[in-house]
Amino acid sequence: MTNETMRQRFYRVTADLLDADLRVAVVLADIGVGYLEPFGVFGRHPRRAINVGIREALMVSTAGGMALEGLRPIAHSYAPFLVERSFEQVKLDLGHQGVGAILVSIGASHDWAEGGRTHNSPGDVALIGTLPDWTIHVPGHADEVELLLRQAALSDGPVYIRLSDAHNREPRLAGATGIDSVRRGSAGAPTILAVGPMLRPVLRAAEDLDATILYTATPRPLDAERLRDAVTGTDVVLVEPYLEGTSAGAVAAALVDRPSRLRSIGVPSVELRRYGTRQEHDRVHGLDAAGIRTRLTAFIEHHRAAEPSTSA
Amino acid sequence: MTTLMNALGYGDLPRLLGLMTGDEKHSSAAHSTLDVLWVLYDRILNISPATVDDPARDRFLLSKGHGPMAYYAVLAAKGFVPEAALAGFGGFDSNLGYHPDRNLIAGVEIASGSLGHGLPLAVGRALALDYRQQAGARVFVLVGDGELDEGTNHEAIAFSGRAGLERLTTVVIDNQSASHGWPGGIEARIAVEGWSTVVCDGRDHDEIERALSLPHVGRPHVVVARVEVGS
Repeated sequence: MTNETMRQRFYRVTADLLDADLRVAVVLADIGVGYLEPFGVFGRHPRRAINVGIREALMVSTAGGMALEGLRPIAHSYAPFLVERSFEQVKLDLGHQGVGAILVSIGASHDWAEGGRTHNSPGDVALIGTLPDWTIHVPGHADEVELLLRQAALSDGPVYIRLSDAHNREPRLAGATGIDSVRRGSAGAPTILAVGPMLRPVLRAAEDLDATILYTATPRPLDAERLRDAVTGTDVVLVEPYLEGTSAGAVAAALVDRPSRLRSIGVPSVELRRYGTRQEHDRVHGLDAAGIRTRLTAFIEHHRAAEPSTSA
Repeated sequence: MTTLMNALGYGDLPRLLGLMTGDEKHSSAAHSTLDVLWVLYDRILNISPATVDDPARDRFLLSKGHGPMAYYAVLAAKGFVPEAALAGFGGFDSNLGYHPDRNLIAGVEIASGSLGHGLPLAVGRALALDYRQQAGARVFVLVGDGELDEGTNHEAIAFSGRAGLERLTTVVIDNQSASHGWPGGIEARIAVEGWSTVVCDGRDHDEIERALSLPHVGRPHVVVARVEVGS
């Protein structure tokens, strides 16, 4: 099963949860039905595995109504439809009611670049981040998806899990909910925090750089304590696979008691009006290893140039 | 049912309404719902202040959350809300806002205000109750004819009909406030989605009771309660 995509793992684990946990429900709006059907869940759980048709707002509200009755619903669709189209339902029919659900999206940022702007949603994490109490997971590997989904099923809170086509070579379960130290740089060296699938290009970009590299699959709430412990210098680089700077505030808040400089790298807020592939969009946005390296070195060297004592 | 020490009647509602002040903008809408709300709480709903957490209780979801004075007045008359709380209506320290919040008032099933959320939430509740095979528990939603403008209602109407949500009853208070109207009639448009439908006089308590009590095996039910235009 190691070659499963995040999406395949999500469906398999969801089917397993439906069978094993009598509290779990899944609500879909057509998308995903064909993937879950082979598991037979719609036949076995006709009132807990629900397809409302192409009605994403109803999908989220239905999840809210189920949660009001004590179930633990999973709602799932493409990110723009789950988060952007249904945003008021997320805000009011979950949070404002005082209940939670597990929202699981596919189509991270420009995963489906061929689909264009309608199917891209780089702002999803920032949007959910405007709402109180949400936990946001951006897993970097299918094993992390499974861990986070099973963990979310056991809780009651509002949880957003963002699946992506891009993934890291290996899972880092220690960084699934907190911050995991991937590599230690020398004392005072820059710190790079990679979120979810950005670890892979970050490791290549920083291969020969003296830097501490951190990983997390949970940008909200951000593990401020581990971040504070790991940062030994002033330079911090945040690399996220969605809207640039989304977690900049959380990083800045964690380091508020010390001098620091933060460089945010992520998807810029632009309408590219290009199709093509995810990889092509990563390149244009400077999110491939080469693009990240260019910005990393510019940031680090700028600091050295600005400090005469170290630039000599 | 618990006998309430302070059990009040329909005749007390004007006085209770008078204890609330300030919501001028929504005052007419508040009163359009008064008779239906009274009949629901007085004759239909299996719910009392003692059973607000009973899994077998009927759920009543006020979707048309604006103009909640009639709702609060009925809740006060039935002992869910202390009469003394009414005077604080809308105040910072009051639990009774211009839009009700389930997290602040025991017995209020949803937090509403933004139109078009109650019926979709009711779908999830009805499905969950079906799954639990919860005997009895019915789900009633009150919406306005103007509120039906919101497309989310139509997502819920279409799906509930096809899903055969028998537990679900929707009351549409029709004071013809929808800007562009519903040619053919609200009941006809919902009937084609597979619902049981009935129209009644939204001021006649016996008629309202009969309309709400009609059997509707295997499908959801809608009661279009007509009240005076602009009430």
